[in-house]
Amino acid sequence: MNLILKVWRQRDAQSQGHFVSYEARGVLSDMSFLEMLDTVNEELTVRGEEPIAFDSDCREGICGTCSMVINGRAHGGRTGTTACQLHLRHFQDGQTILIEPWRARPFPVLRDLITDRSAFDRIMQAGGFVSVNTGGAPDGNALPVAKTAAEAAMDAAACIGCGACVAACKNASAMLFVAAKVSHLAALPQGKAERERRVLSMVRTMDEAGFGNCTVTGSCEAVCPKEISLDFIAQMNREYGKAILRNTAARKSRGGD
Amino acid sequence: MKLDAKIPAGPLAQKWDQHRFALKLINPANKRKHDILVLGTGLAGASAAATLAELGYNVKAFCYQDSPRRAHSIAAQGGINAAKNYQNDGDSVYRLFYDTVKGGDFRAREANVYRLAQVSVNIIDQCVAQGVPFAREYGGLLANRSFGGAQVSRTFYARGQTGQQLLLGAYQALCRQITAGKVTMYPRTEMLDLVVVNGHARGIIARDLVTGAVSAHAGDAVVMATGGYSNVFYLSTNARGCNVTATWRAYKKGAAFANPCYTQIHPTCIPVSGEHQSKLTLMSESLRNDGRVWAPKKKGDTRAPGDIPEAERDYYLERKYPSFGNLAPRDISSRAAKEVCDEGRGAGPGGRGVYLDFAGAIQRLGEAAVRERYGNLFDMYEKITGENAYRTPMRIYPAVHYSMGGLWVDYNLMSTVPGLFVLGEANFSDHGANRLGASALMQGLADGYFVVPYTIGDYLATAKQPQAAASQPEFQQAIAAVAETTRRLLAVNGKRTVNWFHKQLGSLLWEKCGMARDEKGLEAALREIPALRAEFWKDVKVTGRNEELNQTLEYAGRVADFLEFAELLCLDARHRRESCGGHFRTEFQTADGEALRDDEHFAYVAAWEFAGAGKPPILNKEPLVYEEVHMSARSYK
Repeated sequence: MNLILKVWRQRDAQSQGHFVSYEARGVLSDMSFLEMLDTVNEELTVRGEEPIAFDSDCREGICGTCSMVINGRAHGGRTGTTACQLHLRHFQDGQTILIEPWRARPFPVLRDLITDRSAFDRIMQAGGFVSVNTGGAPDGNALPVAKTAAEAAMDAAACIGCGACVAACKNASAMLFVAAKVSHLAALPQGKAERERRVLSMVRTMDEAGFGNCTVTGSCEAVCPKEISLDFIAQMNREYGKAILRNTAARKSRGGD
Repeated sequence: MKLDAKIPAGPLAQKWDQHRFALKLINPANKRKHDILVLGTGLAGASAAATLAELGYNVKAFCYQDSPRRAHSIAAQGGINAAKNYQNDGDSVYRLFYDTVKGGDFRAREANVYRLAQVSVNIIDQCVAQGVPFAREYGGLLANRSFGGAQVSRTFYARGQTGQQLLLGAYQALCRQITAGKVTMYPRTEMLDLVVVNGHARGIIARDLVTGAVSAHAGDAVVMATGGYSNVFYLSTNARGCNVTATWRAYKKGAAFANPCYTQIHPTCIPVSGEHQSKLTLMSESLRNDGRVWAPKKKGDTRAPGDIPEAERDYYLERKYPSFGNLAPRDISSRAAKEVCDEGRGAGPGGRGVYLDFAGAIQRLGEAAVRERYGNLFDMYEKITGENAYRTPMRIYPAVHYSMGGLWVDYNLMSTVPGLFVLGEANFSDHGANRLGASALMQGLADGYFVVPYTIGDYLATAKQPQAAASQPEFQQAIAAVAETTRRLLAVNGKRTVNWFHKQLGSLLWEKCGMARDEKGLEAALREIPALRAEFWKDVKVTGRNEELNQTLEYAGRVADFLEFAELLCLDARHRRESCGGHFRTEFQTADGEALRDDEHFAYVAAWEFAGAGKPPILNKEPLVYEEVHMSARSYK
């Protein structure tokens, strides 16, 4: 099959970007979307032109590296699918496809389709962990965890940190990403001890990074390749509310700060 | 080169305890005076970086990905072994140790494997404490499943995403230390050379993959956890970025490379669909718990699998290995699949595939139960092939998956370059000639959480090297050498793409040094690889400049190293005139086609030493002495 691509090209973070059209000729429906881009890049390289820069690594939908907006939808908009797992059998011969990087101020473009998502790492560093050192952990079965709690934690923990939620959101909100980690750790007894500190710190860092607010349109859930549920945002709001109230109460009982 | 494995004296079960006592300590106030460089942030690297930082060392951690959370450990699906015996089915540290040594076809170092089995139990505890959401039973206790090469259920898992969850646990521990100011993280940074001063590893040269800036980093020790080299075959289950560059460049600076010919071909991957294929996708081995592997009995049978009656199906693993059946180890299952396809009984386009059938399991357990256990794997299969495996059997074929070989390390995980520690898949020590399923995660975390944090202190306390500084001539020379390689790559300006060379190399290796190897093929490969390498340096096209984000340049450097490394891989495969584990020489097999080991001549680790450019490498041998285990012919019948 043949496709027409309109691809965002941008030399670096400082340069202006623009769309450039390319033809992908003789590509196969069994190819993945990224393999189709590989093919185009091979031709560009042979012609001496610079290939389209895009991020990818595992190419099996789990590392969260690949990140592109395809025809206006993060990862191409197929349910539960990353760009690397999207296959051309879902496109039509002769179709024109628009390919853009994630667009959000906290994710500056580094080159072409590659963005800097280090803001997500900073949010994780603000509290997305359980404060235990290596060694001295009690036996894994010392503390039973209800199967339902473990399953709920896993549902949230499945997040791959790709940033599609931010790219899809009209406010560039990172709430789904943050909510997934907050909910994962709050669901387990091991994470409960510092749940308040965690949610306050992660939300503050999220705000400082310049992500927008959540207006519950649900576009994040719709494009999430791991189908992380919007319910987790509600859960995080509850966590956050409780933490604010309890922290205020704690400050008052200590005589304020 | 003298190889001293530094295996502690004493009974096997007490070696590690006694050794830990014998190791010198660094007092807490002095730990903060030591800088440690950690390369790679997968399970081994992230766990080491976090733990060393918790102990008080200053850590600089480097990864080529945009975030440490994306290392390829994340793709491990099935699980992690631990000798917890929670299922009361007869497991023990000794049994896990024995299974691993046997699974490795008696080519692993006994003392290391025993320690691995010992600390396996601590890993699970640690990960639970971090909040890793392992699968649980209704009573709230941890669930287990069984894996290839074992007859007990000792594998812990988090759906089909165990690697992801364990890596996120280690990444989160790392995040905590970054916030504590004990780890400085360098993402999108690639190590391009090891700096050796006065015979000790004292730093690295790294390239910032966004700006192209090349810089020197000095430290008191270097911890390399940069994964395996399966991508030398072009098509593998590894991530696109996985490469041999860090270990190869360390080899050229004096670190011996051990057993490169031990490569693992995983039996259950999605078959190749065409020339355009950029990677292969693995379907977790855990599927073999409930799926039955078969091929048509008749050659060239093109009927749809559902139309082939039971009597005309050959459940060849159950037939050949009745006691392990579909859970035969990976090397054996892979070769068995190749055999039936070579006989012309393969399924699917090109005849390179066999069926993995869940009809029986669905009938026995119901579709819902199968979905709960493997749902994400079935989804993944459907995404790639467009087929529904609940209705029609999966088609699978073996693919390159893991490298058991790696840099040689002693019991302390230190390479032949003092101060260079090598962890996880990047070293050679624990899996012998074949790794068992769910053991890679175990080894990565064992090395990072529970081994190197102890052994590195002993090195720092005894090495007594002067402080290294990036201004030293050794660093400046290494920077110049890296710049020169980059300049040469950009200057060729030929006609072929980097990808073209990588593909050529991959198909050459797969054909001549893949699942089955022989003298003639290896001789041919050893002639063709240098020729391809010469062509690469004459005709490769690398676009762009160094001073920018340049993926072609990154890739070119990695392929250049693969083109050198491939020769060592074939050299090792040619010299090892026996079959063991993943290394199958067709000349050496039993009457019924099983691997035929030669313990009299080959019960050693082959540690290759770089002798200079253009010179043949020097073979050093570490004899494998089994104090506890009796070496026997491996049987899963």
